[in-house]
Amino acid sequence: MLDKNQIAQRIARELRDGYYVNLGIGIPTLVANYIPEGVNVTLQSENGLLGMGPFPIEGEEDADLINAGKQTITTLPGSSFFDSAMSFGMIRAGKVDLTVLGAMEVSENGDIASWKIPGKLVKGMGGAMDLVASAKNIIVAMMHTNSKGESKLLKRCRLPLTGINCVKKIVTDLAVLEVTGNGFRLLEKAGGVSVEEIRSKTEGNLIVEGDIPDMHF
Amino acid sequence: MYKNADEAIADISDGSTLMLGGFGVCGIPENCISALVKKGVNNLTCISNNAGIDDFGIGLLLKKKQLKKMIASYVGENAEFERQLLHGELEVDLIPQGTLATRCMATGYGMPAIFTPAGVGTEVAEGKESRVFNGKEYLLEYAFEPDFALVKAWKGDTAGNLMYKETARNFNPLMAMAGKITIAEVEELVEAGELDPNQIHTPGIYVHRIFKGSFYEKRIEQRTVRKAVN
Repeated sequence: MLDKNQIAQRIARELRDGYYVNLGIGIPTLVANYIPEGVNVTLQSENGLLGMGPFPIEGEEDADLINAGKQTITTLPGSSFFDSAMSFGMIRAGKVDLTVLGAMEVSENGDIASWKIPGKLVKGMGGAMDLVASAKNIIVAMMHTNSKGESKLLKRCRLPLTGINCVKKIVTDLAVLEVTGNGFRLLEKAGGVSVEEIRSKTEGNLIVEGDIPDMHF
Repeated sequence: MYKNADEAIADISDGSTLMLGGFGVCGIPENCISALVKKGVNNLTCISNNAGIDDFGIGLLLKKKQLKKMIASYVGENAEFERQLLHGELEVDLIPQGTLATRCMATGYGMPAIFTPAGVGTEVAEGKESRVFNGKEYLLEYAFEPDFALVKAWKGDTAGNLMYKETARNFNPLMAMAGKITIAEVEELVEAGELDPNQIHTPGIYVHRIFKGSFYEKRIEQRTVRKAVN
């Protein structure tokens, strides 16, 4: 079973040289810590920055320089700033190669629910609906089950949707899965986790073909 | 040219629709917000990406119950906001961030509406017209019609030209273009001619009132740092 950092580390292996990448809040943000050697990616922060650098050195924080999670950050050589319409313009126009975001539920046809629990806290969708409606490639980073132990990989989402038919791949603490349209194809499993356990924790249709390799990092 | 925020916002009255620049509390018009609190104007409709935090930004207007309606994309980190929302004291319209930005842009570009795929198949699409272009569905979203836009810039000149700093740009240039009356507060106010015309983000034609702000707090919501490597 993977921890949050290991989920991020596994997703980092999906990065390709030259990619422009938008990382959501939570586990996705951690992906930036595991970018493989020799792979150059440019991180897009939807509040108006391409080329997001690491956190500033203590004492050099700049209130005017934050990411979409409102964290203080830095720029890198080649960075650029822009307004919010241009930021979502580049997202809508498909210029961002990969979007990584968290989710509460994903359905077997690639629908995602991530922004609202009716009757409970409503924080808003932020930029997630824009990202999932336009991104070429969406990977969801999440735990396989919720805090009650219920599957988050469903036949149909129960919570209000963020977007439809959009998720391509899911990396959980148990498995790497591809969204095929008629089920979740199991690609890799976490070390020490059985296919049976993954099946028991996946409500949607799980497609298992041949031997399933363990994840490696 | 105005002396301060109190003068610049003097004619904002109860029931006005305002746009306020900023992302989180980065690049927000701090002086104008303080002046609105002081003036005690009520029943405001505010269009802004966020609703501030409990004791800063739009949160200050919320605390005094000066808002009737909030139009935003993300409203976390604000306990008073949640309380008013759950008690039905506040109307809230949550819209996708890109839709919010582009609806601001449409106003400033003189376009009545835009098409965007954000929200298709979700509750955001309920009751909205949609159209299919090249096999993909898009929602029709309308331009905003704010009475005032309150923006914060880094530098401005006496002709109303504005420059923003880093990610404090965010919604500010879009909203500056969208106000029937746009009020800009700036950290540095210089004579026309002192800013390089190549570097202007908002041309002065969009800015009706400008003043030099004071006592910028520039609060940081999430102070994240790393240790210096020797």
